[in-house]
Parts: sequence; C-alpha cells; structure tokens
Amino acid sequence: MKQIYYWILGIMIAFTPLGLIAEGTAWGEWDTDELTEKLGYAPQGLEKAEAVWKAFFPDYSVPMLGEIANAEVIGYILSALLGTALIYTIMLFFGKVLARNNKRQYSIHQGR
Amino acid sequence: MHIPEGYLSPSTCATFGAVMIPVWYKAGQMIKRTVDVAQIPFMAMSAVFSFLIMMFNVPIPDGTTAHAVGAVLIAITLGPWTATIAVSVALFIQALVFGDGGVLAFGANAFNMAFVMPFTGYYIYQLIAKNAPITSTRRVIAAGIAGYVAINLAALVAATEFGIQPMLFVGEDGLPLYGPYSLSVAIPAMMTAHLLVAGFVEGAVTALALKFVVKTSPEFVNAQIVSEVKGV
Repeated sequence: MKQIYYWILGIMIAFTPLGLIAEGTAWGEWDTDELTEKLGYAPQGLEKAEAVWKAFFPDYSVPMLGEIANAEVIGYILSALLGTALIYTIMLFFGKVLARNNKRQYSIHQGR
Repeated sequence: MHIPEGYLSPSTCATFGAVMIPVWYKAGQMIKRTVDVAQIPFMAMSAVFSFLIMMFNVPIPDGTTAHAVGAVLIAITLGPWTATIAVSVALFIQALVFGDGGVLAFGANAFNMAFVMPFTGYYIYQLIAKNAPITSTRRVIAAGIAGYVAINLAALVAATEFGIQPMLFVGEDGLPLYGPYSLSVAIPAMMTAHLLVAGFVEGAVTALALKFVVKTSPEFVNAQIVSEVKGV
C-alpha cells in the first residue's frame, strides 16, 4: 500500500523538469541583477544579502555539471533527488525522535 | 512565494522567526502526542511531496511564475501541525541548499507557507466538509476550495510582508533599503498570480490527491478523524 506513494513521488521527480518550461522568475524573487534591470538600482539589503549565505545548488542547478547538454534539466532532476533524500531523512529523524513510542489502538496502514 | 534574502529587513526576519519558534515547538509537541509510529514514513513523504510540487513552476500572464505548495493536502490528511513541520523542513532545505527563499527570511516564509496556509486550509476544509462521509464528493470539493483559498491567504500575507518594507525602511538617499515594492504593487501582483493561476493548481492538486488518498488508503484519512474524535 505504501509503495504506491513512493512510486508517485518518483514519477514527480522524473517530471520536475516540466517546472522549467515556465519562463521568468516568481514575483518578488528577482536577484540583484534582475532588480537592477527593472529599477535602475538594487536596494542595499539585496547587495548585502549575497554575503549572508551561498546556496550549494542555486535555483536547483548543479554548477559542476558545467556546459554539458541539458545541464539545466539534469541539474533540476538531481536537485529534486537530493532535496528528496535530505527532506525524507530529516523528517524520518524528527518522526523517530518525537513519535517513536506512539503505538495506538487503531493500527493504520497494516494488512494491506 | 519564497521571499529571498534581502527583501525583508533583519528586524522583519527576526520578528517572524520569533513568532515561528513557539509554533514549531507546539507542532513538535502535537506530533509527539498524536502521530502514530506507522505514520512517520507518510509524514516524511508528505514533506517530500511539498518540496517536489513547489518545483513545478507554472507561468503567470504577467511573465512571472508561481507554484502550488501542498500544505493544505498535508493539513487535511495528517493534521495542520504535521503540515507545519513538513512544509518547514521543505522550506529549510530549499533555502539552505537551493537558495530558494532567504535563510534569514526562513521564519517569514515558514509563517506564510507552513503556518498560515495549512491552518487556514484545514479550517476551511472542516467548515465545508462538516460531517460528510469520508468518501463523499463534498470532502473533495471542500479540499479544492480550501487549497484555493489558503494559498491565496498565504500569498496575501507574503505580499504584505513585501509591501511594508519600503514604508518602514528607507535609506538616507531616499531609496528603499530592502523590498522596493509598496503594498499597492505587491498585493495586486501576488494576488493576480495566485487568484488566477496558482490557486487553481493548489485546489486541483489538493482535491485530486485527497480523492486518491481516500481511495487508496482510507484508514489513512480516517486515522486523522479518529484522533480528532478522541481529542488526542
């Protein structure tokens, strides 16, 4: 029973590059360059922001793929895989820490 | 809807971080009290679902993009407190690893997408679904409406956070220090994207996924209801 949900998540990962088709940036998520283009300047806060944190895989891209063909699509799928692994692991950890002793009378997800 | 670094003042970021700390604490307590050990993998999968659905950007007529969040589906199936943790974990990894949403703005983004959205969605769903049978169409429609309204409320809150910045924080040169767009720009822009497009995506995803979950594993949704009836 549980397997079907893993399959669905797997299929979603495979299809994530569909999310690349939509061009442009979400409203309000422009970086310093895009904002400078729009306004003629970038607010100080944004320029300082770059020093706060540098993401390893900015915008779901994998820089080390370099100039290979379809780098954007491959990077997006690799990002989906990595994010999935990290988030699943963290959530399992939280679940185990918080709810490991919770066995209730209604046994859900069993016998299927 | 992921507010990037630099668009919110440090004080705004600190405020929302401070608001979220007790919310996360309470969410942890609620998971401790109500989540069955058998639900843990589903909890983990729900966070992954939210992360992945947010990667499906949809085009907005004004040339920007938006996406669904999945928070209402999690709130309906696993409870709003679980949704808070699941979406927060997704947002945390998005900020840290993928630069989607600021690290300092994490508290504000979590407030919008992991608190406002699942809770408003959850209560709208309950309000409409009432005591309808678990397999009823009424519940599917309720889930759809809840998804649509909740993502729009989250977008409105995000737009407000954006929009108050230029009112509050202006440099000596008269230019905004952080987000440059006022409420009168931010609210119409964010609401257009979510009222016209992303809301329908969220509503459809929530309704169809709930229908699927109820069909595939009704005890999954029942368990939530059982736990509510028992008031645990």
